[in-house]
Amino acid sequence: MIVPNARNITEDEYFFGHKACAGCGGSLAVRIALKVLGERAVAVLPAGCMSAVGFNFPQLCFGNNAMISTFAGTASMMTGVEAGLRARGISDFQIVGFAGDGGTADIGIQALSGAIDRNDDIIYICYDNEAYMNTGTQKSSLTPFGASTTTTPVTGRVKGNTHEKKNMFEIVAAHGIPYAATASIGYLEDYMRKVRKASEIRGTKYIHVLAPCPTGWGVDSDETIDLARAAVDCGLWPLAEYENGVFHINREIKDLDGIRSYVRGQKRFRHLKDSDLEHIEKMRDLRWEGINKTWIKN
Amino acid sequence: MTRFFISGNEAFAHGIRLARPEVISAYPITPQTIVVERLSEMVGSGVLNSEFIHVESEHSALSCVIGASATGVRTFTATSSQGLLYMAECLPYAAGGRFPIVMMNANRSTALPWNIYGDQRDSLSQLDCGWIQVYAQDAQESLDLALMSYRISENCDVSTPFMINLDGFHLTHTYEPVDIPDQDQADAFLPEYSTENRIDFDNPKNLCFSAGPEYNTIFKIGEHIGIQNSRKEILETEESFAKLFGRRYTGLIEKYLCEDAEFVIITLGSISGLCKNVTESMRKKGIRAGVIRIRYMRPFPHKEISVAVSGAKSVCVLEKDISFGYAGTVFINVCAALHNEGVCVPTLNRIGGLGGKDITENDIQKIFLDMVEGKKDIAFIGVEGVNI
Ligand SMILES: Cc1ncc(C[n+]2csc(CCOP(=O)(O)OP(=O)(O)O)c2C)c(N)n1
Ligand code: SF4
Repeated sequence: MIVPNARNITEDEYFFGHKACAGCGGSLAVRIALKVLGERAVAVLPAGCMSAVGFNFPQLCFGNNAMISTFAGTASMMTGVEAGLRARGISDFQIVGFAGDGGTADIGIQALSGAIDRNDDIIYICYDNEAYMNTGTQKSSLTPFGASTTTTPVTGRVKGNTHEKKNMFEIVAAHGIPYAATASIGYLEDYMRKVRKASEIRGTKYIHVLAPCPTGWGVDSDETIDLARAAVDCGLWPLAEYENGVFHINREIKDLDGIRSYVRGQKRFRHLKDSDLEHIEKMRDLRWEGINKTWIKN
Repeated sequence: MTRFFISGNEAFAHGIRLARPEVISAYPITPQTIVVERLSEMVGSGVLNSEFIHVESEHSALSCVIGASATGVRTFTATSSQGLLYMAECLPYAAGGRFPIVMMNANRSTALPWNIYGDQRDSLSQLDCGWIQVYAQDAQESLDLALMSYRISENCDVSTPFMINLDGFHLTHTYEPVDIPDQDQADAFLPEYSTENRIDFDNPKNLCFSAGPEYNTIFKIGEHIGIQNSRKEILETEESFAKLFGRRYTGLIEKYLCEDAEFVIITLGSISGLCKNVTESMRKKGIRAGVIRIRYMRPFPHKEISVAVSGAKSVCVLEKDISFGYAGTVFINVCAALHNEGVCVPTLNRIGGLGGKDITENDIQKIFLDMVEGKKDIAFIGVEGVNI
């Protein structure tokens, strides 16, 4: 496998001229993945920020073949495109989906589960900005504990989201999928390697990439990459792969105290009290206890 | 051509086999199930060379064939009732994308109350989603429509998805002798599908996009024109079908004893057969009765109906659905057509067969007598004294 890096990545652009906010993590995840996959990629995007900013007739922003799916139908539409191209006798292509956390973990989870169950030959990339951003920052099941959103506001009785983030990576792995990975746009080369790797495996592949959203998180547009890194470094977003029934952890926690500095400065977390931070820390440690017991380190 | 004694569902599955769709995806629901099973068997045994994708829901079934259609291949799906409603989001999607998908719908009541038997509320509730809608009368017509539908919808001036409705159980499950054409005859009739509206690696496309207020109307007009264009294509397709197979269909409507008819029942689907029988017995009693069977609800045969009933004394729309709060959906469409075409004739509406309740010969005789009596009301049949 040629590992894509800053020096050998193509200069071709497949996602440009779109209307994403400055500093949008999701648009970077889409743009970079398409650079890795190249012109034979067919992209399927459900309702969500990336389809909203990319497909406004007549300003259509994909340089490769691309289409919007229904919100719930990303994976099933990818299945159909894959089957159709195969029926046409075409073989050298790659179907890639880019769905938000809502489109993946909530409304689209049934179709995703069905596609993995059939082991359709597709790459499904979830760009996780931790809320429904396109409709104005409402909670999804991947919104982290404590975050304020417009549907989990900080009110007298409730202080933001009271649920834990759904563990999509392990849910997907539990299907026995050939390849699943977590990634972060803070570690682009790792992300690119995983996209490349996914493209070389047959069957269903799932990559869950953390993609901060300055608009929804309440941070400056030049903080996206740093935050995406910090989430990994403080252990809240483990970088990992699942292959042949085995979990691998790609990067250990560097900064055990980092949760406070990660959370600080994000508007969505600014109401959190020490006890909330302790809870977040406790949940992280529990997760890592499990990881350290069973996941392989590499 | 070989003759078999088979059910409407089986006949339909053979029609689809002959059309050679390259991608099929469907989710089972009574009374459509046999179509899915037969096609699975045909694909499994190699009689039909298609991708058969077992999806986890109707939403996914239609979503999947939309994806496949976007690659430029021929596709098929089938559903009924709750399944049709569950895929409702994808119906206007397929139409707006101008994908000529063919779908069979086994007409069945919609919950609540739960009921698996036939009425037509499911498909008639989806009249406005941009699909061509046709209602078959018998098993032979079901098979023939399966074959004709692709030719009509894939015509580049039409490019519109096509829904073929079969009355649940009455048509899907009853056995009739059916002529099944040979594959080479079918191939001679149905050209290979080709379209520009597809994923293309030499000339990449962005499909299924957004269009704001400035451009939206123009796309919607295109969709409307597509269905309007199908009027001509339906007639031409039936003409070449008749030449090749010797069976002649009658366009958007079928008229039965209508030339001099004074009292006309307008209906659709398999009940038309019984209506025709009763019409004959009414004629023996000296009542000039006639039947119009609506074949296509979209495009709507507004002119054809208006011309056919222009000399009538009374018209009754008999239908197995209701648009709650007003009247039957077909009645609403027929009344608007007559009004627009300047045909002034008294109209009644009879709603029956809901949840599969039998519509009897007596019911139909009563309808003719109501017309003779000069009634103009909207009423349920089979439940005496309930008017709307
Ligand atoms: C069936 C349906 N329900 C609701 C919507 C409205 N909707 C559009 S995008 C969206 C949220 C998308 O959130 P996510 O998938 O997380 O992607 P993001 O916008 O954050 O990129 C919603 C609720 C829709 N388009 N379709
Ligand atoms: S709202 Fe967030 S995810 Fe959406 S385009 Fe803007 S930055 Fe990107």
